[in-house]
Amino acid sequence: MKDKGGGLSRRDMLRGAGVAGAVAGSLASPAQAATAPERREALEALTAAEADVLEAFCARLVPTDASGPGAREARAAHYIDRALAGALASSREAYRSGLTALDDRARAAHGAPFAELAPEVQDALLTETEAKAPAFFALVREHTLQGMFSDPYYGGNADFIGWDLIGYPGVRLAVTVDQQALDPHLKPTHQSGYDFPMFNRAKRAPKPGSDGR
Amino acid sequence: MTVTLKKTDVVIVGLGAAGGVAALPLCRAGLEVIGLEAGGWLGPADYAPDELANNWRGWPFSAQKANHEVPTHRPSAGAPYSPRMAYHPMMNAVGGSSIHYWGQSWRLNPWDFKVVSATTARYGAHRIPKGSTVEDWPFGLEELEPYYDKVEYEVGISGKAGNIAGKLDSAGNVFEGPRSREYPMPPLRGTGYTEMMTAAAKTIGLHPFPGPAAIASVPYEGRPGTAYHGWCDRAGCHINAKSSTAVSTIPKALATKRLQVVTGARVTAVEVDRSGRVTGVTYLKDGEVYFQPAGAVILASYVYENVRLLLLSKSKAFPNGLANNQGQVGRHYMSHNQGAHVTALFPRDINTWYGMPAQGVGVDNWADDNFDHSGLDFIGGGNMWVYSSRRPILTGNMTTFGKTKGWGSEWKAFVMQNADRTNGAYLQKTTLPYEDNRIDLDPVVKDPLGLAVPRITADFKDNEKKIAAFMQDKVIAWYRAAGAIEVERGTLGTMGPTTHCYGGARMGDDPQTNVVDRWGFAHEAPNLAVVGGAVMGTSGSRNPTLTLQALAWRTAQHLADKWSSRTS
Repeated sequence: MKDKGGGLSRRDMLRGAGVAGAVAGSLASPAQAATAPERREALEALTAAEADVLEAFCARLVPTDASGPGAREARAAHYIDRALAGALASSREAYRSGLTALDDRARAAHGAPFAELAPEVQDALLTETEAKAPAFFALVREHTLQGMFSDPYYGGNADFIGWDLIGYPGVRLAVTVDQQALDPHLKPTHQSGYDFPMFNRAKRAPKPGSDGR
Repeated sequence: MTVTLKKTDVVIVGLGAAGGVAALPLCRAGLEVIGLEAGGWLGPADYAPDELANNWRGWPFSAQKANHEVPTHRPSAGAPYSPRMAYHPMMNAVGGSSIHYWGQSWRLNPWDFKVVSATTARYGAHRIPKGSTVEDWPFGLEELEPYYDKVEYEVGISGKAGNIAGKLDSAGNVFEGPRSREYPMPPLRGTGYTEMMTAAAKTIGLHPFPGPAAIASVPYEGRPGTAYHGWCDRAGCHINAKSSTAVSTIPKALATKRLQVVTGARVTAVEVDRSGRVTGVTYLKDGEVYFQPAGAVILASYVYENVRLLLLSKSKAFPNGLANNQGQVGRHYMSHNQGAHVTALFPRDINTWYGMPAQGVGVDNWADDNFDHSGLDFIGGGNMWVYSSRRPILTGNMTTFGKTKGWGSEWKAFVMQNADRTNGAYLQKTTLPYEDNRIDLDPVVKDPLGLAVPRITADFKDNEKKIAAFMQDKVIAWYRAAGAIEVERGTLGTMGPTTHCYGGARMGDDPQTNVVDRWGFAHEAPNLAVVGGAVMGTSGSRNPTLTLQALAWRTAQHLADKWSSRTS
């Protein structure tokens, strides 16, 4: 079967860019990665303490590492906070109890908040959470992936980091036969679906009850 | 206080895939039709390219009636209930789920109409699975062919014929039954990936073909051809290229001025007189209760709601529910055997980021009775379907084929490497009715109006499980021929609420075992018709919509032709 030629594929180039970005970014120092993130706007559902735990949780699910940015840069936790105030409100209590339990466990076992622990210690606690509270772990994972890969309209996938991570070439409203060929070499469009005028929702928030319950 | 409205000729309950078709022949015949629809009108601006809204938050755009009526499920009487689904598989809107469905628009295989007699003739009666209540349909494919043809042209289907009046064409599906003419539009185009799979199928002796789709491949009746952008999997088409009834048969019926569409109308009961004749329906709209008298009523909701309305409509003449004096309403139920997928991993990117599930390649060599079952321990088979469609959130949830756990740097590296290298095959398989698979009313769970929701008691039996394993082997061979380096088998799943279901008001000549007659009218109430999957007695191994649309056209045409005898 035909495979990639000798040149760098777009994905290889993205990967290369990720390495460069990581050296300049938070991965250079694990200690730095573990500090509380700077908040760009007020929280909508979570308390500050819960948000710190969630931010660190998401950052271990999709880590910022040598391959490039992760959940922290994509602002997956911001997506979740916003969604918990709206479409995912029914999960609000699960987050409160789950995040509190995780932070309590961190303090009991290691004498420090979860967010301030070293990544490998956080990983061990998350592995424990995955085994002992599988429903809560799966909930956070599901929502983190939504925050990574949903349309940036919802507050995650910042700067299209999630879509670039998987090589998704972006929303196009019309696709040619060449763009569906096996080796199309597509440039990412880096547009939200709601950037297209016919879907523009600038003046309306997502409808109440939009989770369909 | 119930407001009694002016009598009309026909009331259609639900203007979706089936009801939206049934309206047209009635209006063209000069009958006055009122279409009661629980949802509202939607349009292109509602169909944003938004995976989160469409695929993860259960289609938010219209009335939320169905989501309050999700059926409960248990595999068998006495077994624990399955966790209740958060969302109903169907939606409420003018056009119904034909707005957001995949649009695969197949005719059934000739065998699907004659499972009992054809199996008995070829292999012996002992090959009908034990406990199955399957019957031959009251007619064969040839009876339905003119109606398939009508719907393909009036709704707008793209495809490639494989059998025109017995003349086979290997560019289409050579296993299909004879059709009178070519599709009105050419098939959806291939992609690099589907062409790769087409070539691989031929290397192992299969007969690949592009499947039929209710999506305009070229401009059709004032609508544009598809733009292939691929956001119509559980969403509508932003340029109206998808041939939902909302943009095809319903506007045509409205143009006759004989269809009145009432949106936001929730039908709660079908009313009958003392003799058992149907007199009309009661519905709720904006907090008011209305009675709409009619000469005939056509129930055109999804299977679950059609059955529920019959069971909820109790009267002196029908103490156990309308048209249920033989206890057949809810019987012969099937959730389509469409789980047990296979996912493959290729050693290269396959660029399936664009396109839609109907843009694919099918293989019918192992479907229905297209192969010899003499040495096998099941009857029926499956359609194999691979297609070009990929969404980002779903990609993030991809399997790692057991190579890494589901998070962390190793997982991230796997996803970055393989995001565009996987493909899932869709295997639709023969499903048969069994004596203990049924729908009734849940004794506990109610909707917000206090009406019982439907309860499914059903499980796949040996025949379905054996087909599933067989079909997985067959599609794995196809994937391997195309160079797949890993494959993973999915699970069969349960017979809980699904997008393809059948039975509950089965069509047949025998009133002891069927709710509706060969024309779709209740044996026990001659001016009440049921359209939709509820009347189908076998599933076939392909999507049901075109078949139930052809049946809906036929039932409506019969009503128009026999108006006086049906309604006097």
